[in-house]
Amino acid sequence: MVRQRFANRLYPVPAREPATHLNAWSKMNRYPLWKYLVILVALAIGLIYTLPNFFGEAPAVQVSSAKATVKIDASMQQRVEDILDAAQLRPDGLFFDLVGPTGSVKARFRTTDEQLRAKDALSRALNPDPADPTYIVALNLLSGSPRWLTSLHALPMYLGLDLRGGVHFLLQVDMKGAVDKKLEGLAGDARTLLRDARLRHNGIERTSQGVTIRFESADDASKARSILASQQRELAYQSSTADGATVLTGTFTDAARREVQDTAVKQNITTLHNRVNELGVAEPVIQQQGADRIVVQLPGVQDTAKAKDIIGRTATLEARLADPDAPRVPREGDPVPLGSELFLHGNGAPVILKKQVIFTGDRIESASAGFDQNQRPSVNIKLDSQGGRVLRDVSRENIGKPMGIVLFEKGKGEVLTVATIQSELGTSFQITGNYSTTEANDLALLLRAGSLAAPMEIIEERTIGPSLGADNIQKGFDSVLYGFAAIAIFMIIYYMLFGIFSVLALAFNLLMLIAILSMLQATLTLPGIAAIALVLGMAIDANVLVNERIREELRGGASPQAAITHGFERAWATILDSNVTTLIAGLALLAFGSGPVRGFAVVHCLGILTSMFSAVFFARGLVNLWYGRKKRLQSISIGTVWKPDTDAATK
Amino acid sequence: MEFFRIRRTIPFMRHALIFNVISFATFFAAVFFIWQKGLHLSIEFTGGTVMEVSYSQPAELDKVRGAVASLGYTDIQVQNFGTSRDVMIRLPLQKTASGEAVSTAQQSEQVMGTLKARDASVELKRVEFVGPQVGKELATDGLMALLFVIVGIMVYLAFRFEWKFAVAGIIANLHDVIIIMGFFAFFQWEFSLSVLAAVLAVLGYSVNESVVIFDRIRENFRKNRKLSTEEVINSAITGTISRTIITHGSTEMMVVSMLIFGGATLHYFSLALTIGILFGIYSSVFVAAAICMWLGVKREDLVKSDPRKDDSGQEDPNYGAQV
Repeated sequence: MVRQRFANRLYPVPAREPATHLNAWSKMNRYPLWKYLVILVALAIGLIYTLPNFFGEAPAVQVSSAKATVKIDASMQQRVEDILDAAQLRPDGLFFDLVGPTGSVKARFRTTDEQLRAKDALSRALNPDPADPTYIVALNLLSGSPRWLTSLHALPMYLGLDLRGGVHFLLQVDMKGAVDKKLEGLAGDARTLLRDARLRHNGIERTSQGVTIRFESADDASKARSILASQQRELAYQSSTADGATVLTGTFTDAARREVQDTAVKQNITTLHNRVNELGVAEPVIQQQGADRIVVQLPGVQDTAKAKDIIGRTATLEARLADPDAPRVPREGDPVPLGSELFLHGNGAPVILKKQVIFTGDRIESASAGFDQNQRPSVNIKLDSQGGRVLRDVSRENIGKPMGIVLFEKGKGEVLTVATIQSELGTSFQITGNYSTTEANDLALLLRAGSLAAPMEIIEERTIGPSLGADNIQKGFDSVLYGFAAIAIFMIIYYMLFGIFSVLALAFNLLMLIAILSMLQATLTLPGIAAIALVLGMAIDANVLVNERIREELRGGASPQAAITHGFERAWATILDSNVTTLIAGLALLAFGSGPVRGFAVVHCLGILTSMFSAVFFARGLVNLWYGRKKRLQSISIGTVWKPDTDAATK
Repeated sequence: MEFFRIRRTIPFMRHALIFNVISFATFFAAVFFIWQKGLHLSIEFTGGTVMEVSYSQPAELDKVRGAVASLGYTDIQVQNFGTSRDVMIRLPLQKTASGEAVSTAQQSEQVMGTLKARDASVELKRVEFVGPQVGKELATDGLMALLFVIVGIMVYLAFRFEWKFAVAGIIANLHDVIIIMGFFAFFQWEFSLSVLAAVLAVLGYSVNESVVIFDRIRENFRKNRKLSTEEVINSAITGTISRTIITHGSTEMMVVSMLIFGGATLHYFSLALTIGILFGIYSSVFVAAAICMWLGVKREDLVKSDPRKDDSGQEDPNYGAQV
């Protein structure tokens, strides 16, 4: 009987028993143990990394710094814990993390009731003067996953703004302004240098590209050139003649231009970090995009007017002398003399400074942390020539007197540092004191932040209200669910057991996709959820290819085991080809897309990879597990295998 | 259950001429509408501001339009969005007297202020502002993406099969893309970046279909030395028709679910996908194969003089022959 069945076959029948021949096929449908282990490991990883997404969010309280000079470090965590203990509140989890240069402490609670009580307790304890808070205590939402998951770095997916609600800004830094300012400074410097060298010239002009100086004599010009070339690295000087006079043209070098651009953007980013902090936003994103743009994303922010106001604000820095008539360390209630103002220094120490300004922040060309001659941390400041001149005059007359530097924001001033003038200062000077390296670094940062390098303009804005965000998640989830259900029902009815295998492979695909997205912390947007739906719809193609191929083989008269083997083998080449073309489209979107479309592209590309893996590897594993061992397999449950010559459906 | 009880190879290619005529006709109709009506581009490409506000009662669009117009805007669009309580306001970029575009993010503040003065229950759900240069950049990027996909797919098809297949594949599937855009131009649906993403995804998916057919054509050429090109193509299409329709049906189910449950934001995106996948069957299967035939594909194009692979061993030699 067996021989009859294979009468039409053209393959050479080996000279051995048909039973062993069946064995040969069934051996090909057995996966070695290691392949099953790979599947199990993938399954486990998939489950672990998908779990955090189901835990939802827990109410939390976040403590961050309100003042530029006050920093939060790990010791704050202990302090918060003590305050909560005293209020008889036990947080579910206490975390300290660093977001950019600033840190914050977060405490998670089980109920919103506890959250509100904690906020009260912390506000009262940390901010004795509510009108002038030192710390911001804000309500927040944190992921509710248990600690063992978080320690494995299993975090829920990072939701984009259109799913969370919030604000997105794209800011353009006015590079021309920054470059112009720098050139202005260089022109002024050149003027001073030439005057000091007693070289006469016929005029210094600042052009859009650099500086032009006219000379009467070529001799003066060449002397000037050597002086300027050594002092001003940023300009490349060339001499030429025009109308009998020698003209020295200094052009801004490319390297210098790039440096200005870079520092302008970085400085602005630092300033933005400090300001955004005030809003108490959970996970702000402030990043450079391209050469001259900054992306600011503030999830959860409702009040966009306030956000725009804060971002667009300018801060100023002023250096003032301390009032010699007022006491060095004024006590509360001491009268403030006329012509002076009272300021607070960081944590509350008062200082009285004169109203008259020595120099302002935009005179500061650079501020960096370094070491003085005794190897102690210090801050090196370089002013432009105008600022240097004024400082020279003032310092000459006030040696031994203290000078304070104040940062003005929102009209209120905060003293950054008060230092005693040791000698006549010039354009470059140092501030030393009992600074640690971090303190010196921070001061340098703040000095730079006070002088906004270049103005910024909002060129793109997107605001999503929170209710819309939650709505979008629900809708996305619904469409994936119902689509999956529809496909599953169809596949099971049409392909029976193989349909069940296909649906299981599809579920595995979804699991792996979500796990990878959670692991990579890729941003999930609404188009991203749509991409998940699309990926599932396309992934079923691979399974259909395989199933149809197996049916075809059976129709042609192959044995079930042979049909399974050939079905998978033949289909693989086609699956590979077709997925590559969809991948090309995905990669193009990834390269050229931005914002929500980028979210779509990322999910699309990842989904193609996971669907190839699950359709071929996982589905085959299931089939092999079920059918592989049966040596004399007579039939498989793949729905109707309709044979045209018999015209009766064979099951 | 088996939907496709096909006894013999269906001679599709006999009607190749009609298929091509229909596809050219729809293609030209689409191009005509795109040219005449133009695509209704979203602000992502043109720049401008879009605000979504919702009222506690059904909104009176005329009042809203009046309020916004009083701020000095011309050429504004105010329409319902989703429900009768939601209103979408579209403001173009403001231009200064000299004609330069003004980019300001303060527009939304102003408008909200005016609307709140008229009716305090108004709530801002979403604002999107795109400055002029960003709009231009997004448009350029979109075109570059489209170009990249076209070139990438042609190269891949030429490499995997042969240049004639590459040309046939791309023409047939671009036809899809143009038809979708034609629909959007005709009905003036909003063409945004997400719709462009959907169009590119459809392109990839369509080519996917054509690849399956081409693969089968190659296999048939290898197996069968006696059949002519037309017969080979016919049998390839017949053999894969079941798989093509089932896959498209499944993907279509998923996309329709997105259309129904996805809400207003995804509406045009899912619409583009639905149309694309429907027309995809037609273009990838019939048009691609017909163009292949017209370009004169022969078995020598696909089957180089390789030694025969083991494919031919176990096949039923009568497979594909007509009864």
